[in-house]
Amino acid sequence: MSVLDVRGVRKQFDDHEVLRGVDLSIDKHEVVVLIGASGSGKSTLLRTINLIERVDDGQIVLNGDDITDPGMNADSARSRIGVVFQHFNLFPHLRVIDNITLAAREVHGMSKADATARAMELLVSLGLGDKARDYPDRLSGGQQQRVAIIRAVLTDPELLLLDEITSALDPQLVGEVLDLVRRLKTDGSTILMATHEMSFAREVADRIVFMQGGRIVEQGTPAQIFDSPQEPETVQFLSRVRH
Amino acid sequence: MSTSTSRPSWRPSELELSRRDVRRRATGRSVLIGIVSTIAFAAIVGLLVVNTPGWESVKASFFDFEVGAASVPSILVGLWLNIQVLFISAIGVAIFGTLLAVTRSLRGPVFFPLRAAATIYTDLFRGMPLLIVLYLVGFGLPALDIFPRMPAMFWGTIALILTYSAYVAEVLRAGMEAVHPSQRMAARSLGLSHAKTLRIVVIPQGVRKVVPALMNDFVSMQKDVGLISILGAVDAVRAAQIQVAQSYNFTPYVIAALLFVAMSWPMIRLTDWLTARLAKREQIGGVV
Ligand SMILES: Nc1ncnc2c1ncn2[C@@H]1O[C@H](COP(=O)(O)OP(=O)(O)OP(=O)(O)O)[C@@H](O)[C@H]1O
Ligand SMILES: [Mg+2]
Repeated sequence: MSVLDVRGVRKQFDDHEVLRGVDLSIDKHEVVVLIGASGSGKSTLLRTINLIERVDDGQIVLNGDDITDPGMNADSARSRIGVVFQHFNLFPHLRVIDNITLAAREVHGMSKADATARAMELLVSLGLGDKARDYPDRLSGGQQQRVAIIRAVLTDPELLLLDEITSALDPQLVGEVLDLVRRLKTDGSTILMATHEMSFAREVADRIVFMQGGRIVEQGTPAQIFDSPQEPETVQFLSRVRH
Repeated sequence: MSTSTSRPSWRPSELELSRRDVRRRATGRSVLIGIVSTIAFAAIVGLLVVNTPGWESVKASFFDFEVGAASVPSILVGLWLNIQVLFISAIGVAIFGTLLAVTRSLRGPVFFPLRAAATIYTDLFRGMPLLIVLYLVGFGLPALDIFPRMPAMFWGTIALILTYSAYVAEVLRAGMEAVHPSQRMAARSLGLSHAKTLRIVVIPQGVRKVVPALMNDFVSMQKDVGLISILGAVDAVRAAQIQVAQSYNFTPYVIAALLFVAMSWPMIRLTDWLTARLAKREQIGGVV
């Protein structure tokens, strides 16, 4: 059974159809990378999966549970999915350690001691142990984004959604964030991510999904998509991002 | 913080030292000009007032040292009542004002009636003079004969809470709306409920944004507690009034005024200091 099953999902903003029937399924431990031009609907798809936007049609099934069912508790569905945004969105009034442990304590009922111990272990292993008591604005962008990732994975979500998590970073800080994603892949996380970093996509992805105009145009292994794309739109997009 | 005053690790160059010297001399000159002009201005105003035709009689009826000194103890006893009312009202306003602000920020059609009620309430009480609220609450509610007999200070406290909660709710709501929507989104993505998102993420950040405005409301409440005297509570204003009636001299009013200023002064300075500090934190470019 797949971790995530997106079935015929549609989303419209006013007259603008942003998702025009998206079908996508992701297996456990799989890393799937969404690529596509700006405005193709990648972020919107991630937001519908996390129930931040409501789908206008279709279904989203998470490990067998239809989370688009109105009877489903949206908060508990969201708590099973980790999300990292382009702009980190750490809580500026909470210390790093409290940012990270907030959901564990308030949503998952973990004790403060347990949550803190887990968080410290992760922070220390990433060389961020001395930042635990700092406020987020004292950290560099790369450090903030890694804290945001730790915050998202602390409670072992069934699925991790990453939306252009390196786009807001200075080039020399991108590496440390990507290293952490590589590590999450090694540890067996199931990841769906949108990115403009093509070389990283090629390296880390088990599968590349190319979107255009709210549809999935083509998908396959990195080699298939990057070396021998079949669809003219894919060819055109790749030639534009490579030039 | 960007502007650190800790000792630098280098020895300032000749150039920097000479620049500092020039700046110091310029500052010294400005301070001197400031002091001299202030003294001159105060002297002129003082002379003008003292030489007005009515000054002698004003001095006798408003600045009588003996009457003033004699009235201090009873006015202080009254002021203690004001302070108690202020303290309880502030707590009440914090609770009720937050509830109102949260109610107004509820979304979805289910909450329409609640939201509408909160909106009507804040519109009503922000528009109504406190004096009238005091009359309505202080004389109207007891007349209904459904409440046990309560002292005037009780009704005064209720009226203050009702009025100031409306102001504070609006300030809080503005603060909550100034919190970027991405913060709410991040909290909900973690699985936090709407209520927990408000309590843990939105309200603490919103309050921080409006601390100076909230403190200003508190300062104006500090003097408005004097209005409970119209309900017959023997507070500082009422105590002064009694002294005036007995001595046929207005000095007790001046004493009460000075005591009110003394009571609110620390808060006024604190508000100023905090506002400046927040402004400093948010801007780079300390010279302009
Ligand atoms: N809340 C919204 N209201 C109206 N239109 C929206 C909203 N969110 C997204 N859109 C529109 O939907 C389209 C797809 O946006 P989306 O952010 O999903 O694209 P994207 O593929 O993530 O692009 P990018 O690579 O620039 O991040 C865009 O045209 C955008 O303007
Ligand atoms: Mg996007």
